[in-house]
Amino acid sequence: MLFLLILILSYACGFFMPWWVAAIIAFLAALWIGKTPWRSFFSGFFAVAFVWLALALFKTVPNGHILATRVATLFHLPGWGYLLALTCIIGGLVGGMAALSGVLVKKAIK
Amino acid sequence: MKVFKAIVAVVLTVALILVLEVKLPGIPPIAVFLNPATGFWQNAESKHISPTENLKLPGLIDEVIIKFDTHMIPHIFAQNDHDLYYAQGFVTARARLWEMDIQTRSAAGRLAEIVGPAALENDRYQRRMGMVYGAENSIRRMMQDPVMSKVIQAYTDGINAYIHQLSVRDYPIEFKLLDYKPEDWKPINCAFLLKLMSETLAGGSNQFAMTNTLKRFGPAVMNDLFPDYPFREDPIIPAGTKWNFKPLPIPKPSASFIAQMTDTIKTKAKVEGIGSNNWAVSGSKTASGYPILANDPHLDLTFPSIWYQVQLCSPDVNVNGVSLPGSPNVIIGYNQKASWGLTNVGADVLDWYQIKFKDNTKQEYWYNNRWNKVNRRVEVINIRGEQPEYDTILYTHHGPVVYESAAKKTAKSPKNIPVGDALRWIAHDESDDIMCFYLLNRAKNYSDYREALTYLTAPAQNFVFADADNDIGIIPNGKFPLKFKDQGKYILDGSDPANDWHGFIPYEQNPTVKNPPRGFVNSANQSSTDPSYPYYINWQFEAYERGKRINDRLAVMKNATVDSMRILQTDTYSIRAQNVLPAMLGYVDPTKLDDQQEQAYQIVKKWDKYFAANSVGATIFNAWWIKLYGMTWNNKFKDKNLLMQLPSADRTVQLLTKEPNSKWFDNVKTPIHETGADIVYKAFTAAVDELIRKHGKPGEAWELGHIKPMEVAHVAKLDGFGSGNFVSGGSGSTIDALVDGHGPSWRMVVQLGPKVKGYGIIPGGESGNPGSYYYNDMFQTWKDGKLDEMLFMAAPTDDAKQIKTTLTLTK
Repeated sequence: MLFLLILILSYACGFFMPWWVAAIIAFLAALWIGKTPWRSFFSGFFAVAFVWLALALFKTVPNGHILATRVATLFHLPGWGYLLALTCIIGGLVGGMAALSGVLVKKAIK
Repeated sequence: MKVFKAIVAVVLTVALILVLEVKLPGIPPIAVFLNPATGFWQNAESKHISPTENLKLPGLIDEVIIKFDTHMIPHIFAQNDHDLYYAQGFVTARARLWEMDIQTRSAAGRLAEIVGPAALENDRYQRRMGMVYGAENSIRRMMQDPVMSKVIQAYTDGINAYIHQLSVRDYPIEFKLLDYKPEDWKPINCAFLLKLMSETLAGGSNQFAMTNTLKRFGPAVMNDLFPDYPFREDPIIPAGTKWNFKPLPIPKPSASFIAQMTDTIKTKAKVEGIGSNNWAVSGSKTASGYPILANDPHLDLTFPSIWYQVQLCSPDVNVNGVSLPGSPNVIIGYNQKASWGLTNVGADVLDWYQIKFKDNTKQEYWYNNRWNKVNRRVEVINIRGEQPEYDTILYTHHGPVVYESAAKKTAKSPKNIPVGDALRWIAHDESDDIMCFYLLNRAKNYSDYREALTYLTAPAQNFVFADADNDIGIIPNGKFPLKFKDQGKYILDGSDPANDWHGFIPYEQNPTVKNPPRGFVNSANQSSTDPSYPYYINWQFEAYERGKRINDRLAVMKNATVDSMRILQTDTYSIRAQNVLPAMLGYVDPTKLDDQQEQAYQIVKKWDKYFAANSVGATIFNAWWIKLYGMTWNNKFKDKNLLMQLPSADRTVQLLTKEPNSKWFDNVKTPIHETGADIVYKAFTAAVDELIRKHGKPGEAWELGHIKPMEVAHVAKLDGFGSGNFVSGGSGSTIDALVDGHGPSWRMVVQLGPKVKGYGIIPGGESGNPGSYYYNDMFQTWKDGKLDEMLFMAAPTDDAKQIKTTLTLTK
């Protein structure tokens, strides 16, 4: 379904394309197979959030979170977990809004 | 309605993406920075390092093998010098690319390009001081040198080979934070790095402040309070050493020796206390029978360190030590036969000349009894987000007129630069400085060392030397202008040719000593010589206390070992306290003190004079001395409308111990007449009361380590990227001079002999990446006052358990 589609495509493209390509993917995917606004938003949100979570963990876990801890201090966050959460939320918001846009455009042009 | 909702959603989505993509002031573009595919998460390095790595790089002649040890220090084995320096460039860039970028940008006055108008005044200052002018002159000379041009080009090619294979996700984190890209390295950047060192070590001036003080108080006071030789000294070339040359005729002082009034202006003041230590002990005093050499250069402590440890090995050279990222060769270190180290001389190689312009068009200036043409040079300063600034700088034969009118100086410009004066600075001259280090890396004996030193123009350094043939020596060395005595102590009249630099001291006549009878040599930035040296190098040097302590300890040493040197490097005994504390205690009547003041008095009276981290006596003495110094001089020499120079600590100690009733202790702002005793007493009670206010009763909270802030900060002072505050001992005038984020940036001890052994440590790590396990892995060892044994391999096939990974570069 929509969640899986956005998840797989944004994971695949993330490595060699700018970050906002995830938005285009979410938009087009929802345009194609999105059903309702709420479900599309959440599909997009969690798909991109999940991809970003996985990619971030893939780098930070073998690093013992030393970099994430330093950057969290730089941004006055209490810990690296907050930084990770912030990352996922931002990615998720972009994915969610793009998917929402996609399904609303689909409804508008029907 | 449906269409409306769709449009709103699309618009909001696009707006969200724009906000996350664009650079807002003070923060990096949010999603660009945070996304895990190309953002900062990619800079997190894994703990697991592959034991081998192979890379194909364009431009190599042959294969290069690089062995990285426990701390990721590279040991580079090349088959020819071209590949050696190419590889040095490559691995240095891989470890420290951003540091190299920001340092050269800073020196070149190109910070506004990346951070915007906030850095504009900084950039203008660099351009107007002639940093770019000087770098252009130096690189032109170096690229004419048949050997140096190839070394620098190979080094440049290596750096660029690294840069060219970077994708956005590989950019160092600071590029991502500041939102800009790495650019190709150019040979001139090597020169910029040298000019930056000159600026740090030989680019400050107190001539303006001195001239203002002269005008306020007159020559008699200046001669009294600012003598040309300190009261106490232990010079680098031991007193009584004979000069074995016939000096050139010394120039006569000009008629216009005393400068005219100048307007108030701001410049970068000479920073007191940037100093270092080095020494060498002859085999007659060591347990091994061979010399030991030690060096700890003191600089601003940063992550990453200004130094990058490296071993360079080719058929032509095998040298181990520290390098400066941005310059080829090893700068401080050793090879199988010889070792060398550096401390700053602090020579007077920067002078201001008052310029008389014909009129407001400033097309001509008066010199040598006629009007001369002023040259103009336009500097283009790019500013992020704005149009570039075109700054026209006036040049005379002396050099640039840094601020030709008060209008050109802004509130952000440094205080100690006089308006209307031209700058004559050794850093403007063409030079082949890197050749000095190229030759030192290959030096096998004392005469190789002498030859190498003839290439070093600036910044002048006290080069200490020791070799396996049991020779030791030291030379305050640089290209020293030939001057009359005190030429440059005050601002000079720029229209009189008698005030120009009259040539240079021949290199072989730089002050030198080889194998002195006392069996050791030392420098800690004190006076180069005793007063018998015929030439003028400067009228004032750094305080003598560190040099004196080192000499006192070395004089009594027998059977010295590497550990004896290590312990001396971390010594915190205060010669200043030794000289002046008894007198200070004598002037305080303890019966007049209240309970807590008396308690503090007893503590400092019993104090052993070591600035140990857990010492309360050190805190009290330090606060007392600072107050005493300020109470003596501030009421006369601190004026918010006029920048003046304060007399030295040495002169103050002399007055206190020899002339306690001197008029100089009288506070001119009070109706009563104070004596030295009064000021000492007042300073004591004021210092103790302030300590009580800030830290409570005398006790553990007063320990030096708890009071003294000390941190190794990130180069850009980013929060969370530094070491955080840590407990430390020492003060500006003890050998272990840890103060104000400043201290030993490298500690090295080398035991010469049939099999040389080197020991060293930097407060930090090899990697400039805060996401690396090697960012600060050596810091704790340094902090504990220990040294690591430096791995020094003869060949890449050497069995070494410490090798973590091997990088093979092929063409």
